[in-house]
Amino acid sequence: MALDTVAIAQTTPDNSQPFAELGLKPDEYARIKEILGRRPTSSELAMYSVMWSEHCSYKSSKVHLKQFGEKAPKSDALLVGIGENAGVVDVGQGYAVTFKIESHNHPSFVEPYQGAATGVGGIVRDILTMGARPIAVMDPLRFGPADAPDTRRVLPGIVAGVGGYGNCLGLPNIGGEVTFDETYAGNPLVNALCVGVMKHSDIKLAKAAGAGNLVVLYGAKTGGDGIGGVSVLASETFGAGGSTKRPSVQVGDPFVEKVLIECSLEIFAEDLVVGIQDLGGAGLSCATSELASGGSGGMKVQLDKVPLRDPSLSPEEILMSESQERMCAIVEPSKIDRFLEICKKWDVTVTVIGEVTDGNHLEITWNGELIVDVPPRTVAHDGPVYNRPLAQPDYINQVNSQTVNVPIPVTASEIKAAVLKLAAAPNLADKSWVTSQYDKYVQGNTIQSQPDDSGMIRIDETTNLGVAISTDANANWSYLNPYQGAKLALAEAARNIATAGARPLAVTNCLNFGSPEDPGVMWQFAESVRGLADGCLEMGLPVTGGNVSFYNQTGSVAILPTPVIGVLGVIQDVRTRTPMSFTSAGLDLYLVGQTQEDLAGSEWAFLHNQRVGQAPEADLQREMRLIELLLEGNSFFTAAHDLSQGGLSAGLTEMVLRHKVGATVSLENPGVALLSETPGRVIVAINPADTSKLEALAIKNTIAITKLGTTGGDSLTINDAVISLAELSTAHTSTFPKLFG
Amino acid sequence: MAKIVVEVMLKPEVLEPQGNALAAALPRLGFNFAKSVRQGKRFEIEIDGEPTPAQLAEVEKAAEVLLSNPVIENYVVRVEK
Amino acid sequence: MRVGVITFPGTLDDRDAARAVGAGGAEAVALWHGDADLKSVDAVVLPGGFSYGDYLRCGAISRFAPVMQLVIEAANKGMPVLGICNGFQVLCESHLLPGALTRNSDLHFLCRDQEIEVVNNQTAWTNSFKQGEKVVIPLKNGEGSFQCDDQTLAMLEGEGRVIARYVGENPNGSRNLIAGISNAKGNVVGLMPHPEHAINELTGPSAQGLGFFTSILNAMVK
Repeated sequence: MALDTVAIAQTTPDNSQPFAELGLKPDEYARIKEILGRRPTSSELAMYSVMWSEHCSYKSSKVHLKQFGEKAPKSDALLVGIGENAGVVDVGQGYAVTFKIESHNHPSFVEPYQGAATGVGGIVRDILTMGARPIAVMDPLRFGPADAPDTRRVLPGIVAGVGGYGNCLGLPNIGGEVTFDETYAGNPLVNALCVGVMKHSDIKLAKAAGAGNLVVLYGAKTGGDGIGGVSVLASETFGAGGSTKRPSVQVGDPFVEKVLIECSLEIFAEDLVVGIQDLGGAGLSCATSELASGGSGGMKVQLDKVPLRDPSLSPEEILMSESQERMCAIVEPSKIDRFLEICKKWDVTVTVIGEVTDGNHLEITWNGELIVDVPPRTVAHDGPVYNRPLAQPDYINQVNSQTVNVPIPVTASEIKAAVLKLAAAPNLADKSWVTSQYDKYVQGNTIQSQPDDSGMIRIDETTNLGVAISTDANANWSYLNPYQGAKLALAEAARNIATAGARPLAVTNCLNFGSPEDPGVMWQFAESVRGLADGCLEMGLPVTGGNVSFYNQTGSVAILPTPVIGVLGVIQDVRTRTPMSFTSAGLDLYLVGQTQEDLAGSEWAFLHNQRVGQAPEADLQREMRLIELLLEGNSFFTAAHDLSQGGLSAGLTEMVLRHKVGATVSLENPGVALLSETPGRVIVAINPADTSKLEALAIKNTIAITKLGTTGGDSLTINDAVISLAELSTAHTSTFPKLFG
Repeated sequence: MAKIVVEVMLKPEVLEPQGNALAAALPRLGFNFAKSVRQGKRFEIEIDGEPTPAQLAEVEKAAEVLLSNPVIENYVVRVEK
Repeated sequence: MRVGVITFPGTLDDRDAARAVGAGGAEAVALWHGDADLKSVDAVVLPGGFSYGDYLRCGAISRFAPVMQLVIEAANKGMPVLGICNGFQVLCESHLLPGALTRNSDLHFLCRDQEIEVVNNQTAWTNSFKQGEKVVIPLKNGEGSFQCDDQTLAMLEGEGRVIARYVGENPNGSRNLIAGISNAKGNVVGLMPHPEHAINELTGPSAQGLGFFTSILNAMVK
């Protein structure tokens, strides 16, 4: 099979090429020819096809995502913003923290374990690439109905994959979510977040600067993992009788990544790299074009130098391979020997594959023949930008005009039944079945992890400086009103940071939606982004980066619009954090924030198959006042717990079961009080002696407070309904083992 | 060229949860023939030419010292063409 | 007092073990698997993790590391050695301890705050505890099921070489709820749960793991 070189492409302009099978539109193919002044070689075609795909180029989302930049609040804490591998914020004391959330949805449906595992691997490498030591992970997960047979196939595999990879890397898993809904049945969502820490001076960027500097590939050898569309190309270029190559799932090896992390950190500590990029989606195509675009402008690569697991791979396949655990570094010639030495110490495969050049050419050769000569920016950054049509879908007016119709418990036995039903609901039940498969202790700095409102990590053992992270989404609200839904999720994540006493600082997001070719879905996306951007501006929290996952759709049924918002915050002394629940009797319980009748989009409504009504309206000014109240109250609160799905019922359940200390509460209008999910509410426990302090804070911040009752005893008593902790615990903890074994 | 195969299985008396899980899973998928299932490891070692008795003895040693843990595992060495 | 903490490729809890050694009052000395050099330490800790990715079997490859040759020699001469989790696995593969650790009986990785009973407080690593003292320290592993033949089990029990037992439900299928064992002399101890993660209540379920790291100072004083 003849190699398709630049020389050949120049002289055979009319060769037909399988651009459509590779996912390129005719106008995009025409544009490539225009850029190059000739037809692309098969390798160039492969690069453009992958880099201009939705996943890599964000072509459907760019026009909307630019709002994060346009509406960015001024923030002195932002050190690296959108555009790099991950955002970086200043957290004080010379420390910078980098964090990001990403999706690996489609692969996890196909191969749950490896899909989830490589999802974790990928986000960890993004953090490492910024120059940071990864210090924690989180995993918001969404599945089809809890009792569906396919959920039983997918959930255990995904959980095992997240744990298997993260545990082996030595990263504590400090939080996440598990949510079930029928719309995720063929499209489970695996979102993985990683956070890392470094000193300001350690920040690394993805740019190939300095002509003459070396391009170095290190980490795992390259194989045929994850080659998708290019397999079409590969079978095109092989004649009849050649081997048919099928796309392989990406398979991860966390040991290789662990070694890669340690090796890289030693390399960074000795300041041996000028720029660095990890190889994720689109592998070498992405790494080379992005590094070149970000730096001096050009690069020469000898592709035949890439160390291979499979010697039969063609150049196109090597460029497309998504083999895991690989990094690409730019190294000055004077530092390469030391670089190689450190790789040798850790037994990491390392090869110099090229050099940085001036100018505007990314040139790739195969055994001396030029097979790629492209302007790197056109591959990495100047991809197509779509302004996809969007239209408010019909369902919006239909559902918003209906009132949710659910039974409201009134009698003691009805109240007890409702509390137990919510406690046992798969979306609210105890998640130990999942979280006990994750190491939460490794690195010895975990202050908070599941089931706390946020994960918290100590980053300085002397000063006790710490960071807190929370990820939240409410797809039911986003379905009813995507604009409000995004704002409400942002508020919830920020509130979850503040209940522990940490101040919210920055935002990441993972936007999971159906097909962008559906104007209704596109409208949901546009509204969600607008809501998030507006919300971030109002709350003064910059978006530092994130991820978009489109095409989460089976046939015509799209997933619920699911923007997952991650908020990171700082706490000066982790020893002062407010825990989620109380350990003694005799404390007073207060509801901070007012309850309205907000049952639309609630878990209670979900359990009664009601997906109608109007989502609550976010009041971010009030949320911000609540955050100030929580931060000030941190000095005397004995416990604070955010209310979200499941409302007051779930909040009280979670608090009493945490340390097995009961509570007695009196509620007016108990049904609505327990089931409503009005945003902006927190339960706090205080010493009765501090009552006037709380009242003063409430007045100062104009937040309503209501005394609920007191802690103590071995039951949760709500008016006349007495629920023993034993019975409540059984309901809460039996669900997952019953479903998943 | 020959292939020497070393098969390693947990000793019968050692608790073998994977095999049990597989035996339980088969009927769930409609396969009802299995009385029991045990899971082991298979190592394939390629050498040039035909294996000499000395080489086989070395493989036995490698199997005992590295490829298996004699505390809990048994091994079998075989030559495959 | 100097306590070496060995790092193999894939070791995870080495920095945590070093922290615990320091908290216990000794000086932690980093030891590299590839260097046949114990740097004149007085004792050695083999920390937890997934050395060599658990390739082949947990600890099977680490066992042949250059540093391990010296550890085996020193242990046979009486140097105190503590193997935690993966470290315990390496000690068994090295035959410094009998038996083997296999896959958890329910096939899942399990991380939980585990109550254990210290049933032998005469070893170099457990003498800070009272006989029969119950402590809560994290258990986190996928291959923590201690297995051995009946003869070995009888020997371990008969000679009092079981040093810790799980309290309550068996978390992983270990024979006789064994959470930790020692060699005949009591200088080599293998422990499945992680005492280095229970050295304060800020980051762990208790501070009760510290006793393992203060014991070694007592052992040297004697």
